[in-house]
Amino acid sequence: MEYISIIFQEVYKILFLLVPVLVSVAMIVWLDRRVWAFVQKRQGPNVVGPFGLLQSLADALKYIFKEIIIPASSNKIIFILAPIITMTLALIAWAVIPFSENQVLANINVGVLYIFAVSSLGVYGIIMGGWASNSKYPFLGAIRSAAQMVSYEVSIGIIIINVLLCVGSLNLNDIVIAQKNMWFVIPLFPMFVIFFISALAETNRPPFDLPEAEAELVAGYQTEYSGMMYAMFWLGEYANILLMCALGSILFLGGWLSPIDIYPFNLIPGAFWLIFKILFLFILFALVKAVVPRYRYDQLMRLGWKIFLPLSLTYVVLTASYLFYFNLLPTI
Amino acid sequence: MKITRLFKTILMTDFVGGLFMAIKEIFRSKKTINYPFEKGKISPRFRGEHALRRYPNGEERCIACKLCEAVCPAQAITIESSERSDGSRKTTRYDIDMMKCIYCGLCEESCPVDAIVQGPNFEFSTETREELYYTKEKLLDNGDRWENILAANIKTDNPYR
Repeated sequence: MEYISIIFQEVYKILFLLVPVLVSVAMIVWLDRRVWAFVQKRQGPNVVGPFGLLQSLADALKYIFKEIIIPASSNKIIFILAPIITMTLALIAWAVIPFSENQVLANINVGVLYIFAVSSLGVYGIIMGGWASNSKYPFLGAIRSAAQMVSYEVSIGIIIINVLLCVGSLNLNDIVIAQKNMWFVIPLFPMFVIFFISALAETNRPPFDLPEAEAELVAGYQTEYSGMMYAMFWLGEYANILLMCALGSILFLGGWLSPIDIYPFNLIPGAFWLIFKILFLFILFALVKAVVPRYRYDQLMRLGWKIFLPLSLTYVVLTASYLFYFNLLPTI
Repeated sequence: MKITRLFKTILMTDFVGGLFMAIKEIFRSKKTINYPFEKGKISPRFRGEHALRRYPNGEERCIACKLCEAVCPAQAITIESSERSDGSRKTTRYDIDMMKCIYCGLCEESCPVDAIVQGPNFEFSTETREELYYTKEKLLDNGDRWENILAANIKTDNPYR
């Protein structure tokens, strides 16, 4: 009986996190399309519901009722598993995101490491999907995607080391609290820019959307997918984007802290500040999508390995020596 | 020259400028319309759905000269005619296969009595092919329904003919 009540409590907590995340993923797809349309002076989706807010819901319904076509020559088990893995991995990473001091599903000591591990595993969904389709375009898309995600993860990791040097803890809540006096975006601004660009590459957003470059690869690893399986890839992708925005706002923009620690701002709960920051970063994501053309493959690799990696490594050395010289190293 | 380029690259001036331009464009007026709710302006010469017109007294304009049938490049028009009891030549059958039609407007141009015209309606999609096989009754009905607009369009376009 005790076990059941514990399980119920946990499931309740998980649902309390998961449902808002999924709903906001749907909303964020709408926002993305809308911003994209507005920049191009179009109307965007505005028919379903007020301002077209329910468009993603209608799309999801459509996907549910569509037939799932599994290619005859595909490896069926892996083919079906791939979108499930992508979506699951995108969602479980949310477990450690703190929405306020105690509103966090799993307040573990190695939160950053956990997120990093889970987002690295996300490549597997894409590789599996591309390989199991047994078709040339998904395969090429999967290769590109794997190479891209792996190379940009390196620079993201080193950028995170910068932040960790200033904090002295891997706990995401500690990282947020360490920014009480100054958000890390001010001293580590170049790192924030590189993080943002790497996050674009990590989530396969333009200008780094080579894996699904529709002009060359039809839709990359998603080409053979249809119905709900395609929708799951799509959900996973946007959940990943949201996660990257959340990570960016926690690492650099002070997470759930209010911008100024004075009276009227203090009253707003931390979760709202985090959501504002995530939204701000996401609108930047959407604007970038509308503005930039696509990178060529070799340019993408050059940017990752020859520019971002040395830059972030140099900045690690700079940060470390600065902290060491002025005796500011955290002593947790 | 090279140094300015380097600074431009590091500070990403082009990219940031592009972002600001995008933000500026967001608040400009939209170039598209909410199609099913508002519609764009249509020229009086617009070549849409066909219609057979009548004279104000209710008599059909068509005299079964078959010029439209002859000129139709897609051979979408089929006409059969016979003499009516009052001695005038009238059509007994006037069919347009709307799926063959290429909407070139030659039938309208060839018609000596402005009987067959192409109206402003372009929203006549159907779910079956049979419905797009227009008969004389359907065309006359179209003419009755759109007569006001059709007459006005012909009048506006007349000086340029």
